[in-house]
Amino acid sequence: MLSVYNINVWYGAIHAIKNVSFEVNDGEIVALIGANGAGKSTTLKTLSGLLRSRSGSIKFMDTDIMHAPAEKIVEQGLVHVPEGRRIFQQMTVEENLDMGAYTQPKETIASNLERVYEHFPRLAERRRQIAGTLSGGEQQMLAMGRALMANPKLLMLDEPSMGLAPILVEQIFEIIQALHQAGTTILLVEQNAQAALSIATRGYVMETGTITLSGSGQDLLHNDDVRKAYLGG
Amino acid sequence: MEILANIINGASLGSVYAIIALGYTMVYGIAKMLNFAHGDVIMVGAYICFCAVSYLGLPALAGVVLSVIGCTVLGIVVERLAYKPLRNAPSLNVLITAIGVSYFLQNAALIIMGSDPKSFSSIIALPALQLFDGRLTISATAVITILACVIIMVALTLFTTKTKMGKAMRACSEDRDAAQLMGINVNSTISMVFAIGSGLAAIAGILMCSAYPTLMPTTGSMPGIKAFTAAVLGGIGSIPGAALGGVLLGIIEILARAYISTQLADAVVFAVLIVMLLIRPAGLLGKPVNEKV
Repeated sequence: MLSVYNINVWYGAIHAIKNVSFEVNDGEIVALIGANGAGKSTTLKTLSGLLRSRSGSIKFMDTDIMHAPAEKIVEQGLVHVPEGRRIFQQMTVEENLDMGAYTQPKETIASNLERVYEHFPRLAERRRQIAGTLSGGEQQMLAMGRALMANPKLLMLDEPSMGLAPILVEQIFEIIQALHQAGTTILLVEQNAQAALSIATRGYVMETGTITLSGSGQDLLHNDDVRKAYLGG
Repeated sequence: MEILANIINGASLGSVYAIIALGYTMVYGIAKMLNFAHGDVIMVGAYICFCAVSYLGLPALAGVVLSVIGCTVLGIVVERLAYKPLRNAPSLNVLITAIGVSYFLQNAALIIMGSDPKSFSSIIALPALQLFDGRLTISATAVITILACVIIMVALTLFTTKTKMGKAMRACSEDRDAAQLMGINVNSTISMVFAIGSGLAAIAGILMCSAYPTLMPTTGSMPGIKAFTAAVLGGIGSIPGAALGGVLLGIIEILARAYISTQLADAVVFAVLIVMLLIRPAGLLGKPVNEKV
């Protein structure tokens, strides 16, 4: 579904992503784990067109999207929920969801909205509320709901559990699994390696801009190096 | 009665500032830049209308339409050629470029139209309004200017809250990257905002020159700076703030001119800005920005 080959990304003089290659197959949950600053978010931003790679190729559903502008990439169904949620704070919940459906034809918006409210009943209760007044967990739900409005074929989630209480983290991961079961392929970036790997089909470990390890979610969960570095021994 | 007349005249002048300030504030909101060439678009708009009416003999309304179209195109072209290449450049570079564009427009007008002031004939040929048995006279230009400002405000508010394009504009103002992730084309949205702002500037220029009929290449610069002051006073980035700031500033200016000193009126206006910046830097309706450490 998504194949990334040999991408290299720079921030000015800093070489942030070095020869990274990986793929995501239809129906998988793929986890990308690693420490702060390893290049996980940079990788996602490059896939969604906010940053550019200087080499290699990025193919999504067999089309080359490496040079496509961000808005065209969303249209094709590769949708990115950015780190820190980045909801539109001054707009209402429903306006945020409307923005998520920006690329969608009018007819599908109502049914998508219904689907999002089914996954996130809390958002339905607060549809007229200004998004900036939502709690952290609700904001994360809104960010995910907003992405679902774009009918993603592949949903990229950047640190969905960041800053949330453990009970909410659990809830967010349940929702990710529910979305997966409903047919959405997922690329999950997490620092919470334990939670991410335990629901992942496959995983990749990133360190200082390169992928150092890959395997099935379960294999990585029991890998000694991963345990030492990310799972507290 | 005299003070009422002054307040109405002030509101009329303030409506012009408000319409110009809307362009400043919308462009600032979305592109995070101060377009100091915005004032000179007013001058271009007034010249286009002047040429259409005085040289080509077209009816006033045609002059207005041509002027709005001309300035809209000018706004889009200036953004594309001068500002778009600097999208990720430091804001100082963009500011200096905007000042350069301002000089360019003034000097282009100087070459094309000459340095002698043109006498702009008002496009509003209606009799003045007489109220209270003739004790209060309000010019038709003042009434129409205030009405135009109200209509523009209502239209812009509806546009930004009800239409898809308008909401996309607000989304871009708030978070450009996130807007891109929604599939919003940020470049064309910025282009649209420049188009709207410049079209409004044309209207402001024509209304202003209908009330103050001297037209020269530098006609736009002082109202431009005052409108910028109005935008900051109201809270830059806020559309209702621009309207409120503009009207307040116009009233303050006319009252200062009438009761303090004609020479000092401009100084009073800018003193208001300084006081505002000291007391409430975010402006009347602006949201205070918390410095993140």
